[in-house]
Amino acid sequence: MNVEIKGGRVVDPAQDLDRVTSVYVADGTIAGLHDPPPHWRAERVIDAHGLVVAPGFVDLAARLREPGFEHKATLASELAAAAAGGVTGLACPPDTDPPLDEPGLVQMLKHRARVINQAHVYPIGALSLGLAGQTLTEMSELAEAGCVAFSHADVPLPDTQMLFRALQYAGTFRHRVWLRPQDSHLARGGVAHDGEVATRLGLPGIPVSAETIALATIFALVRETGVGVHLCRISSASGVDMVRAAKAEGLPLTCDVDVHHLHLCDVDIGWFDPLANLMPPLRGTRDRAALRAGLADGTIDAVCSDHAPVDDDDKQVPFGEAEPGATGLELLLPLTLKWAAEDDVPLPRAIAAIATRPAHILGVAPATLRRGSAADLAIFDPTEPWVVRRDTLRSQGKNTPFLGIEVSGRVRYTLLAGQVVHEL
Amino acid sequence: MTRNPQLDRNGGLRHLITLEGLPAEVITRVLDTAEPFVSVAEREVKKVPLLRGKAVFNLFFENSTRTRTTFEIAAKRLSADVINLNIGASSTAKGETLLDTVDNLCAMNADIFVVRHSQSGAPHLIASHLDATGRSHVHVVNAGDGRHAHPTQGLLDLYTIRHYKRDFGGLVVAVVGDILHSRVARSLIHGLTTMRAAEVRVIAPRTLLPTRVEALGVRVASDMREGLRGCDVVVMLRLQSERMKGALLPSAGEFFKQYGLTQDKLALAKPDAIVMHPGPMNRGVEIDSAVADGARSVILPQVTFGIAVRMAVLSLIASP
Repeated sequence: MNVEIKGGRVVDPAQDLDRVTSVYVADGTIAGLHDPPPHWRAERVIDAHGLVVAPGFVDLAARLREPGFEHKATLASELAAAAAGGVTGLACPPDTDPPLDEPGLVQMLKHRARVINQAHVYPIGALSLGLAGQTLTEMSELAEAGCVAFSHADVPLPDTQMLFRALQYAGTFRHRVWLRPQDSHLARGGVAHDGEVATRLGLPGIPVSAETIALATIFALVRETGVGVHLCRISSASGVDMVRAAKAEGLPLTCDVDVHHLHLCDVDIGWFDPLANLMPPLRGTRDRAALRAGLADGTIDAVCSDHAPVDDDDKQVPFGEAEPGATGLELLLPLTLKWAAEDDVPLPRAIAAIATRPAHILGVAPATLRRGSAADLAIFDPTEPWVVRRDTLRSQGKNTPFLGIEVSGRVRYTLLAGQVVHEL
Repeated sequence: MTRNPQLDRNGGLRHLITLEGLPAEVITRVLDTAEPFVSVAEREVKKVPLLRGKAVFNLFFENSTRTRTTFEIAAKRLSADVINLNIGASSTAKGETLLDTVDNLCAMNADIFVVRHSQSGAPHLIASHLDATGRSHVHVVNAGDGRHAHPTQGLLDLYTIRHYKRDFGGLVVAVVGDILHSRVARSLIHGLTTMRAAEVRVIAPRTLLPTRVEALGVRVASDMREGLRGCDVVVMLRLQSERMKGALLPSAGEFFKQYGLTQDKLALAKPDAIVMHPGPMNRGVEIDSAVADGARSVILPQVTFGIAVRMAVLSLIASP
């Protein structure tokens, strides 16, 4: 179908483009920008006046809960949420049940996602069988089946030797390794940032050193092996400083932050709000400021939603027993825009943080509106307010600390390979 | 963000979850209300009819004999019907969620839940759930949640201190032992800072102190002799047996040597200093028998006052 997107503010950080113009889509790709291709006949015209036309967003951490946790969410419910959030590509961590450690599972997931056809799904394979930390997975087979990188999700590796070997092996075949830096021993039993709030509420804490020690370990092994690592969801000011220094040293690292940590800190736990039970834990105000600054100066490459739909039965329990995580696919854009507005960051840089750069980290098709690229687009009203409520969220998970809060930025259309997969 | 639901719009006590943020007037009202109840226990008929017809459910998700018994006695002396439920260590042990349990008991017309739970925040969750579902006539009293709070213990400690010292102004209070895991310590600290005690000191090795404990308004002393100097009140905390040796402490013996209260160390406090302990005591671990049974020990009066204070809390909460 030939789609003409007329008169929107077209923002494409990959080609430094930010101007009001038109985009022409044919055969699933961008057929023209500014001027129509020869003999153009539009079958559908989308009036984008007052709207922003951007490459579809790419989320580096979205749990779809299939297979194994269908009572929390399904592929169908979460890919609908992705489309509603303008997310056209997402990486799903391997912490399903069974974990993504076997090519058949990955093929099945890719196949099911293709049938639903609302977003591209990029599975992250497990580094070890069953995420048990004993035996490496068949990474080449998994990569062939569709895994774009390998991680151990939030499951701790048993020791540094296993991590060293996993990096060496993955590096042999140039597979990317994604790691969330957290020392499992220091984090043991902890449910909140080890600070004043945890002390007041009597919640077992996770100290910042759990993150910095893990970072130091990873950096040493990256130095030793030369294997590139993507750091998932950094949470502390000291962590940001370490990543900045390691990048300056030239280590092959990229890094993301989850969108909740840009806005919330441990004080937002209030009186034991289980919706604010996140992993890594919400840290102090100084940490939050450092994460925002790190994102602005490029130390942190990308923002992810860390989407984790959790059912009420696992959230409406005492704070320490609650399953960590928040639903986030539909909040990735509004909460990134909120950061940009509050810190005077221009819109193209906000879009780069949730589209251009995460796509680059994934190493899949670039997120861009260049002629000939896949027509994955998000068309949104950057100022339209909406209230986050259970009934305004498509995700099966209604768990977010932003429930009841008004946010700005609403996706009007999402196009996946030239097809409109969401419209309001 | 959730709010603290324990006060109603008029500043009256709806639930008792924590002493943090509870105004000094409310604390004073509880202590004043408790005074006449002390003498109820000395009467031949130890009952007043304030809670007649009310059902008090002791909902204990964590084992306790002492606290449960004192709540039971307090409720019975107020003429309430008391139902004891020992649900065990985990809310999910029976496959039923905490809030399902509460809903079921509400259907049995509970008026007051006295809740003990191993997880910090559990009573708050129940109170918020009751308020959100329009059951504002049902009340929650926290009988100890995780490391968070044990407000009736805090109140009975305040009652005891006021009884012996008359006034909180100018008092120096030392709290000694396992502060990290202690809900008793947190509640007492909040109570004392609200009542404007001159100084609260916490005395413990670093392994048993929570991060940034100074933020609660206390001074930290690692050396017990230095910490006890000039104190009016010494509160010893119970050391759980599973923490006596391991990564937190090498042994009960070394703990006693450093932080156990002996006559010798107590001599550094003021001559009229009182010694308190929430019980049950580990003699020879945190406190020497000579001190526990000595002239300055007010450990047994604490237990007596505890019943009166719990009567005061139950009656204030249930009165319209």
